[in-house]
Amino acid sequence: MAINNSNKSKLIYTFLAWTIGGLIFFPILWTLITSFKTEAEAISSSPSLFMFDWTLENYADVLSRSPYFTHFWNSIVISLGSSILGLLIAIPAAWSMAFVQTKRTKNLLMWMLSTKMLPPVGVLIPIYLVFRDFGLLDTKLGLVIVMTLINLPIMVWMLYTYFREIPNEILEASRMDGATIGEEIFHVLLPIALPGIASTLLLNVILAWNEAFWTLILTAANAAPLTAFIASYSSPEGLFYAKLSAASAMAIVPILILGWFSQKQLVRGLSFGAVK
Amino acid sequence: MATTNSRSLARLMLLPSVALLLVWMIVPLCMTLYFSFLDYNLLSPGNEEFIGFLNYEFFLTDPAFFESFFNTLLLVGGVLVITLGGGIGLAVLLDQAIWGRNYVRIMVLAPFFVMPTVSALVWKNMLMNPVNGLFAHFANWIGVTPVDFFAQIPLLSIIIIVSWQWLPFAALILLTAIQSLDREQLEAADLDGAGPFSKFFYIVLPHLSRAVTAVILIETIFLLSIFAEILVTTSGGPGYESTNITYLIYTQSLLQFDVGGGSAGGIVAVIIANIVAIFLMRLIGKNLEG
Repeated sequence: MAINNSNKSKLIYTFLAWTIGGLIFFPILWTLITSFKTEAEAISSSPSLFMFDWTLENYADVLSRSPYFTHFWNSIVISLGSSILGLLIAIPAAWSMAFVQTKRTKNLLMWMLSTKMLPPVGVLIPIYLVFRDFGLLDTKLGLVIVMTLINLPIMVWMLYTYFREIPNEILEASRMDGATIGEEIFHVLLPIALPGIASTLLLNVILAWNEAFWTLILTAANAAPLTAFIASYSSPEGLFYAKLSAASAMAIVPILILGWFSQKQLVRGLSFGAVK
Repeated sequence: MATTNSRSLARLMLLPSVALLLVWMIVPLCMTLYFSFLDYNLLSPGNEEFIGFLNYEFFLTDPAFFESFFNTLLLVGGVLVITLGGGIGLAVLLDQAIWGRNYVRIMVLAPFFVMPTVSALVWKNMLMNPVNGLFAHFANWIGVTPVDFFAQIPLLSIIIIVSWQWLPFAALILLTAIQSLDREQLEAADLDGAGPFSKFFYIVLPHLSRAVTAVILIETIFLLSIFAEILVTTSGGPGYESTNITYLIYTQSLLQFDVGGGSAGGIVAVIIANIVAIFLMRLIGKNLEG
């Protein structure tokens, strides 16, 4: 009896969860499906989920008519470049805060967090003018700098929470054995901390890939990453649903796959350790 | 000796991060503050003059400011209500024993990884378009007049899109928090004859309070700066109906080239964000001690 009952409720909950999950996922699924339709089928008033002539022409069109790969490459350079540069700056800082704690460590962490809360419009004009004067507008270098700086606090915080979990005794033991600071970092700390560093890198690549304030404002044709390229579809000419879908699919699928690997790190990174 | 050495080395290793963030935060902010007291338009460079608080007076008495301030509150508040309500529901549901929970979680989480310009354009065109959108087809099919989302209810449409993007975040944080709940408490409550509702309100919800606060504060920080979704759907219109403060400052600064006015607006936005930030810092600061 009891088993029957719990099976029944499991069935109901399963049905409910799959229905709601399906509805939430639907806009993405619909985009993927529409990307394989012809433009006429894409706006058909009796839309079909699977029964249509699947075609790859939209992908071919997007790739041949627009410099899609330039934008894709820009996205990669900006997100990966800023994440790696950020790691190089953040790792020493997080190391020193996690292992050489002082009275000021907590205040310093909180101050770093507070820079993340500065609304971008508060510094919009100076950044824009400085970029203009230094010739950084519409360059990948300019965006790498901005992305590194806006994500630096998250990186330091994430790394700090990972480094804190490494027992100090291991480091002390290596110091007793006469390891220099450099050896300590590269031969002892880094191998243990590598999963945490990888997670930090992953989350920051995702955040930078999807950032859509500075990328839209500071770029034009040359350095525009995919966020800005897709935004150009907001003033369409003619039939474009299927092409919009194909371009969107190519922009989101790589990061969706990365994102699914980073679920747990997402919670830790974006809640600044408030929820673990 | 070794400790003094490692202490100064530790300081040295902190230096790049601290210096960069200090420059990134202080220098532009001071420049914004300085510009906000100038009559400075990019179209007539070289004519800057000091005008005191006049920019603030203009910005704060502009009807567009009131409308966009109110829109910002509605946008942030609306999205928070939807994502928290939906997030708690989803978290409780996904915490149950169900088949294929990992697959459901992947589907629920997916919208968070979609870049804002893609989600806004997909919703605007393929779902909400009054002629060719899926919602319009559905309305015609059941025999009602389709809604012209961005003409009739522009702000609500944006709230719907942004909620879809942030629901996964709320659900994931809350699910993580629920899963850390002590199961023995629930079993004890079962033995005492507690029903599902009293268990939810007296055990689950209090346990979630911390995570709920975190979600509210973190989402608020990001939601105050919503920009791309407005840019690619309504451009703030019709009129100022879907303009938030971020978008208003953007139009003033980079479309009307009014550096002084835009800077005054920027400082106002910083002050608003600070009020939220103080609460968030307290919450996270408490956690640091624990």
